[in-house]
Amino acid sequence: MLAIPLAGALAMLLPANWFLRTDFAVRAFGTAVSGATLLVAISALTAFDFGATSRMQLEVDRQWASAIGLRFHLGVDGISLPLVVLTALLTFLCFLYTLRHPPEGGRIRLLTAMLLVLEVGMLGTFVALDLVLFFVFFETVLVPMYVVIMLWGGTGRREAAYKFILYTLLGSGFLLAGMLLVGATAGTLDMTELAARHGAGLTRGVQITAFALMGIGFAVKAPMWPLHTWLPDAHTAAPTVGSVLLAGVLLKMGTYGLVRVALPLAPEGARFWAPWLGLLAVIGIVYGALACLAQRDLKRMIAFSSVGHMGFVLLGIATLTPVGVNAALFGNIAHGLITGLLFFLAGSVKDRWGTTDMDALGGGMLGTSPRLASILTFASVASLGLPGLAGFWGEMLALLGAYRPHADLPRETFVTFMVVAALGALLTAAYFLRMLAKLTHGPADGAAVRRGRETRVPAAAVSLQEYAAWTPLIALTLLVGLWPKTLLDVTTGPVRALLGGG
Amino acid sequence: MIVLASLVALLPFLAAFAGMLFGPSLTRLLGGRSGGRAAPVRNGPALIACAPIAVSLVLAAVVAYTVWRDPGERTGMLTVIETGSVPIRVGLQVDGLSAVVALMVCCVALAVQVYSVAYLEGDRRYSSYAAFVSLFTAAMLLVVYSGDLLVLYAGWEVMGICSYFLIGHHWEDRANSRAAVKAFLVTRLGDVGFLIGVLVLGVGAGTFEIREIVRTAADLPGSTVTAAALLLLAGVAGKSAQFPLHTWLPDAMAGPTPISALIHAATMVAAGVYVVARVFPVFEAAPAALAVLGIAAVVSMVGAACAALAQDDLKRVLAYSTISQLAVMAAGLAVGGESPAIFHLLTHGAFKALLFLAAGCVIVVAGSNMLAHYGGLRHGMPITFWSMTVGLAALAGVPPLSGWFSKDSVIEAAQHTAIHGGEVAGAVAWLVYLGLLLTVALTAAYATRTWLMTFFGEPRGSYEIREPSKFMSYTVAALAVPAAILGFFGLGAAELRPHVGPALLSIVLLAVGAGGAFLLWNRDPALDPARALGPARPVFARAFFVDEFYDAAVVRPVRAVARYVVVLDRSRVDAAVTGTGRGALRLGERLRVPQNGNAQSYLTGLLAGVVVIVAGVVILL
Repeated sequence: MLAIPLAGALAMLLPANWFLRTDFAVRAFGTAVSGATLLVAISALTAFDFGATSRMQLEVDRQWASAIGLRFHLGVDGISLPLVVLTALLTFLCFLYTLRHPPEGGRIRLLTAMLLVLEVGMLGTFVALDLVLFFVFFETVLVPMYVVIMLWGGTGRREAAYKFILYTLLGSGFLLAGMLLVGATAGTLDMTELAARHGAGLTRGVQITAFALMGIGFAVKAPMWPLHTWLPDAHTAAPTVGSVLLAGVLLKMGTYGLVRVALPLAPEGARFWAPWLGLLAVIGIVYGALACLAQRDLKRMIAFSSVGHMGFVLLGIATLTPVGVNAALFGNIAHGLITGLLFFLAGSVKDRWGTTDMDALGGGMLGTSPRLASILTFASVASLGLPGLAGFWGEMLALLGAYRPHADLPRETFVTFMVVAALGALLTAAYFLRMLAKLTHGPADGAAVRRGRETRVPAAAVSLQEYAAWTPLIALTLLVGLWPKTLLDVTTGPVRALLGGG
Repeated sequence: MIVLASLVALLPFLAAFAGMLFGPSLTRLLGGRSGGRAAPVRNGPALIACAPIAVSLVLAAVVAYTVWRDPGERTGMLTVIETGSVPIRVGLQVDGLSAVVALMVCCVALAVQVYSVAYLEGDRRYSSYAAFVSLFTAAMLLVVYSGDLLVLYAGWEVMGICSYFLIGHHWEDRANSRAAVKAFLVTRLGDVGFLIGVLVLGVGAGTFEIREIVRTAADLPGSTVTAAALLLLAGVAGKSAQFPLHTWLPDAMAGPTPISALIHAATMVAAGVYVVARVFPVFEAAPAALAVLGIAAVVSMVGAACAALAQDDLKRVLAYSTISQLAVMAAGLAVGGESPAIFHLLTHGAFKALLFLAAGCVIVVAGSNMLAHYGGLRHGMPITFWSMTVGLAALAGVPPLSGWFSKDSVIEAAQHTAIHGGEVAGAVAWLVYLGLLLTVALTAAYATRTWLMTFFGEPRGSYEIREPSKFMSYTVAALAVPAAILGFFGLGAAELRPHVGPALLSIVLLAVGAGGAFLLWNRDPALDPARALGPARPVFARAFFVDEFYDAAVVRPVRAVARYVVVLDRSRVDAAVTGTGRGALRLGERLRVPQNGNAQSYLTGLLAGVVVIVAGVVILL
């Protein structure tokens, strides 16, 4: 699964006149490679034994650098499996979308290579079971993403890219320190083994320090308030495919890391920091929602909405209960599907009308481009947490977890968090409806009409590739929303094992 | 049995998707012109919308009949969703209450779908409209049949979003779009409380299953039950447009009239009252919540009735009357009269749907919502006139129409509790009782005013007075039948039978209200009788300025805070980050100075270092 995109990326190094002469051939090649990866991911899904979701399956365990005890240890369980499939799917859809709508800036060969390397890093992060290996994959995604923002981004891409890479590198520094602290004290770097110990053998002080260090590393990635400021800039500047992968997968690496690495390795540290984590998560929810409410730029608004949604995910983790962690994993997947879709849509809006400024875009999109506007409405409604669509269950379960958090945590504090978070969900509805009212309702004025008048061509209808990229996301949002059991059944088992009994 | 019930809800759900995706193509397949005026049998979306709900109606009738023959609750469970905490049981629960309410929902939904075929003829978005109505119907039926509170909540929210889409059907007008957003957000505010209430109840009882919760309600700790009941009330107040969350309903009249009939009169707004009835033992265990419900109901019913007196817009009169009548049901629940409240819910569903659909006929013919543009309509449109007369009389509570029976049973329950005591505090029961009596008089007054201004006097408009399409007028006439006779079904139950004392009292009050309105109107039929309100009229017309208050107290501050956050994010949080970056850069600049490649200075530094170390060692040792 990792080998295919890696080989594909390496193939991109071949000079252009030897291999795949035209840009389109390159794009088709990228689509094929990521499609093959998706097939492997789906076959992993079929090979996975759903009777034992908490057991690591499909493992690969090789010596890597035996002198320092590093192992090349990969495997999936119920926690990582959905994320692996999501990653493969989103990357494939991104390539599919690029087939018809390549970002401005040319150099498709490099873009394809970068996206494939990115996929290697993302998949690797979710399947790695060795701390150092995890960190290697975690870092692998940085450079391609930096390049993607830098070369194919919009205005302000240079600063955004710098900010992105410096921010996340700083986080990674903390992360590495925390991991090595755990590894050195516990004497092993194998995550399954460390998780099985539930922190035994580590003193309370070490656990608290380690959790704080790793927590900061993951919190930058998630992103958690107040470490989020790289996110809106990066999203606004990044090209469509970059935004989709950034929101759809990269953010999940932070929360996945918290669940997979920080929680089981340093449970006492988690208990110490959980109220603070919860507090920052709740601030993130409300802050993100308020920031969205006054935002003028569509992409920036969706980016801030990610801060809010990841706040719910972090709140779920902070409760340290099976239901809370379930909520986090569910919220991850739902956010990946829905926000991925939203960024695709924002990209299409930009393609058609050349701007994502809501005032300039004007209203009446339901009249000028009804299909696009309907899908935008669907995605927004899903994102604001309507039951029956994917977004709701993550939020609801996070609230349920916060109502009765882990026995060692202060209950009153978490009940307060629950109430504030629920009000934050109301604000989420407010800004999405404001956006819809601004863009899709009302008389058609603004950029859509002006552009139509100047060029005398109506806005392009939704293309086949766009449908192809969006339909799976819409279908999965509906499926997961109407039948949450599909996902919860997979995650509940390992989550219980992770938190020790339960 | 449960299979039938699930089919009832599932059919409109499937119809919604089918209508959304295949509606227009079906029209083409049948040879009709899409988007244009197609004959009803060739109208794809109309067929997809009407046929399933008709089947659902039959099935719901079968379910109701079975429950009537063999009372008792039946539950069925599809699956259990493990959440890691309290599991969610996806299942249905059918009992007398849910069976009869579902039957009412199906009836009104079918009537509205048929009526809409004509009302929205030629509308190019008819297919999405019909699909949303179907989706709404499915969600409402899910709420009614659901056996689990979280599943109920899912249906509850889906209703809200359908209401949003349908109010905003004519989104070209910014005002409609604003009304839709307002309706969704205000109800959602209540739903925040509702969801938390559900969670509190679920965690407390260890299950979300309604049957179990109801069974264990009395054993739960008092604070849990009271908190849960009060939180649920927030959602109920939002959905059922009760004070203080009632402000969205009058604005929601911006939607097409059939939507007002279905969602904002007969079904969705009644869902709040239905839910209270469904988990009534929880409220019985929490007298404080009942008292709050009673007081909110009194404020809503009297306030909304006053507001209805002074409205100029026919639909807004009906909207305020809906708030007032829903409050009557809530008041019935507050004084422990569960059956009278549900009885009133059913009769209200019938006569209010009738009133809205009849109002739709009037609006289509007159081309205006304003009472001032009507007058003398009884000659040109007799079917509408007689139907609306039945509806208004039922609303006012003229015997022996349905509204009289049900309102009377509520008054009787309030009187009984006020005199003999009940779960709720005596003072609240008295307040509810007096409020109900006052409302009877006010209702009679505004119903009479509306009736006289619409159908009597000289015509004030320049349009041709005629009956609208048969689809519309016949639907209205059909609904007039249940609105008239539904009350007699109450004779079967002892607690719903009219009693002489309260009945006489309410008839007297009715006569006072209606007579007053008539005398005022009779002085000059061309003028609005509301002029007699004098200086209170603008206050009533603006519904006591609650909207203005909320705007100043909630909406504007939130907007200001949001703007502030954006500025803060740029100037503080982000500035701290970029500031750190610049600081690091500057530090780098300083550190670069020594590393200038000058061997002499390096050597000097080295020597200085050695001297310092040696000195340190000497001093410290």
